[in-house]
Order: sequence, then C-alpha cells, then structure tokens
Amino acid sequence: MGELIHLTAPDLMLTALLILALVGLSARMQLGIGWQITIAAIRTTAQLLLVGLVLKSVFNNAELHWVVLITMVMLTVASWEIMSRQKRKLKGWWGFGISAFAMFISSFLITLLALLLIIRPDPWYMPQYMIPLLGMLLGNTMNGIALGMDRLVTTAWQQRMIIEQRLMLGQTASEAIRDIRTDSMRAGMIPIINSMAAAGIVSLPGMMTGQILAGSPPVEAVKYQILIMFLVTAGTGFGVITVLHLISHRMFDTRERLRFDKLLRAPRV
Amino acid sequence: MFTLESFSITGLEPISLTLDAGECIGLSGESGCGKTRLLRALADMDEHSGGLSLDNTPCESMCAHEWRKQVALLPAESQWWHDRVGEHFCIAHDDAGKACIDEQAVTRLGFGQDVMSWQTSRCSSGEKQRLSLLRLLANKPRVLLLDEPTANLDPEKTRHVEQLIADYVAREHAYCIWVSHSAEQLQRVSPRRFVIADGVLKNG
Repeated sequence: MGELIHLTAPDLMLTALLILALVGLSARMQLGIGWQITIAAIRTTAQLLLVGLVLKSVFNNAELHWVVLITMVMLTVASWEIMSRQKRKLKGWWGFGISAFAMFISSFLITLLALLLIIRPDPWYMPQYMIPLLGMLLGNTMNGIALGMDRLVTTAWQQRMIIEQRLMLGQTASEAIRDIRTDSMRAGMIPIINSMAAAGIVSLPGMMTGQILAGSPPVEAVKYQILIMFLVTAGTGFGVITVLHLISHRMFDTRERLRFDKLLRAPRV
Repeated sequence: MFTLESFSITGLEPISLTLDAGECIGLSGESGCGKTRLLRALADMDEHSGGLSLDNTPCESMCAHEWRKQVALLPAESQWWHDRVGEHFCIAHDDAGKACIDEQAVTRLGFGQDVMSWQTSRCSSGEKQRLSLLRLLANKPRVLLLDEPTANLDPEKTRHVEQLIADYVAREHAYCIWVSHSAEQLQRVSPRRFVIADGVLKNG
C-alpha cells in the first residue's frame, strides 16, 4: 500500500474556487441560493476544522468522560438539526425532547450495541471507533427521522379535515392517522433503502471510499460498509417508528380530538 | 334521552336541553353565531363543560370514538379520501366486514346500487352531501347532528332527504338536531325550534 497523499491548503483553495464560481453564477441567474451556499460552505469548513482539532486531542487522551461529553454534544446538535428541518415547528421542549429521544434510540443505543457486541475495541469507548461510528449513524439516521417527522406533521396538517371526518365516523385516533403514518414511515425509510440498493453499483459509499483512499484493503472496507449500512437502516427504522408513535400520540388529546394547538408552535402573526 | 345540562362552550351561554326519543329539534342563527361549534362540541370534537349524556350515559364515561359513533355529526362539507365511495362505509374498527349499507336508503336518495363503486373524485357536491348522509346512517347512530344537510340540493332531493331522516329518527327512536338557514325547512322537519342570538339559545 502506498503512502497517504496529504492534501495541502492550496488544494482546498482550488475546490473553494469552484464554490465561489457556483455562487457567482447563481447570483447572475438570480437563483437566490448563493447566500445559503456560502454560509453552508463556511460552516462546514469551520465545523470540520474544529472537529479535527477536538478529535486529535480526544484521541490523545481517551478518557470516558471526554468521550461521553463529545457524544452528548453530537446528540444535542443532531436533535436541533432535526427540529430546524421541520416545516411546521413543534412546540417547546417537548419537540426537542422527541427528536433527542429518537436520536438516542437510533444512534446512541445502536452504536453501543455495535461497540460492545460486534467491533469490541479495547476499551469499548475507544474514541477512534466510537466517535466516527456515532457520527455516521447520527448523520444518516437524522435524515430519515427528519423526513418521516416532517411528512407526518405536514400531511396531518393538510389533511386535518379528513382526520376529523374519520373521527366523526367513529374511528379511533390511531385508525384516523394510520394511512398518514404508513406514508411517513415510507418517506423516512426510502433514502436508506435506496442507498442500500444502489450501494456499490451506482455509488461507492463515503466511508468505504475513505477507507480505501486511506489504504485499507477493499474487502475490509466493504465489510465495514455493510456493517454500517445495516446499523443505519436499523437505527433509522427504530428512530422513525419512535418519532411517529410519539407525535401521533401527542396530536390527539385523551378524548381523541385532533389538537394541533398542543403540538405545533403558533404561526407568527 | 339526549340531555344537555348547563352544557357550555366558549362564546355561548350554558345550555340546558332535553330531547326525547324520536324527537328532532331545529336550530338556526346567523353565520358565525356558534351553531357549528355547538354541534362539534356535542360530538365531543371540541372541548366543552357541563353535563352531556345519552340515555343516561355521560359522554365522559364512554370512549370518545364510541360516543361519536352514537352521536354522529354530519358536517356541512364532507370529506372523502379513498378512491371509491364504498370504501368509506363501515370503517370503524368494530365493523370490519359488516354489510351495513341500507340499500333501501340508497335507492330513496336517488342512487343506483352501483353507487358504492363510484369514484369519489367525480361526485358532485350534491351527490357527496347525500352520500355522506348515507355513510353516517350506516353507523346506526342514536343522535344525528346535522349541519345544513341539504345546502347543495334541489327542492326535490331536499324533500327526499328530509323524509329519509324523519323516517330514520322515528324508526330508530333516535334524536336529531337539525341546523339550517331555511326557516321553512325547520318548520317542516321539527315542531320544536331554537335560535342562537348574541350567544344565547332561545326558543324560536
């Protein structure tokens, strides 16, 4: 295996030029996305550099409390991210709690399971394994959860008259929301199902590519990738189910009335 | 008996009222006076306070979905979500596979027996209104809360609907609260009529 080819600052500058060109073109064509691209590019640079530094120091002193602190920060940020991707904002701490709980199930527990039963590094919280694994799970399950949640809330809002009509005809709350729940589960799971189906043929997954670039034998990289795919799928599935269950419960009161006033933040007037 | 005892919702003075079996009362009032909200609250779709009971069973002692099957609200605008008309009939958990469509009622409202396979997207508003009544009656409710049930119908169809409801109420010893803007209609369907004005329910 050859030496890892190091990237230099000018290399990155060159790719930044591509982004700048895109922003310039967008401004010229009045596509209105330039500002968002700029912000996101600056964010990604700053965040990744910061994380690189943090990881470097955590890897150097692999103590449990540091690892726990970092995972908690990651979990919190991911939960906020889910909240901010919702078209209709959920109300108060409860909305945040629901995403945090779902991320905990979908990523945290699954990561623990993988570390303790499958990969078994020593110590089990070895940050070189724990943090990338958790990060990958958070990043991927977050998508599905945010999509499923958004679909449930926006569809239920659009179809509130239908839901109420079903209730008036004597259906229980869970019967009245069932179709929408099924649809939302699909919406949440489709991306990961697609990426499993396309993996290796249409796309080479990022982690596997990274390992190969870093010099791992392809078959080793593939084994890790399969592991990750399965973990992400399981995590997304359990996470979406949790979110759908909690939100559809919260949507109705004890008399099975549709209560968006309890679920959603009032729109600004 | 269908009994309201100091039954209140926001914006309306508390209402005390008793309906006897087989009785239909008429309710009118200006738009926005709270007729629809009152019907919704009676079906337990909105919050309310005070007493509400059906045949001496208080509303809160029944499951909400069970109450709504018994105390059925026909909203002014009906909703249809499946492709076919028939898929909307007998949809509550405990009537899976039950053949609860009253074929005679279907005919009386001017439909052929093929109506259940009609596409909902192609029904006119008048057809939807009559079909939503059939859908409601298929649940065999004890109380009918009708919010302008003939608003989209011509005079002849209106008579058919009035007759069908009157027969249902008489045959099943049911209770009916009929909301309408038409004073003539209320005179036809109910001897006992009320008006909501300035947040108060009065004899009208």
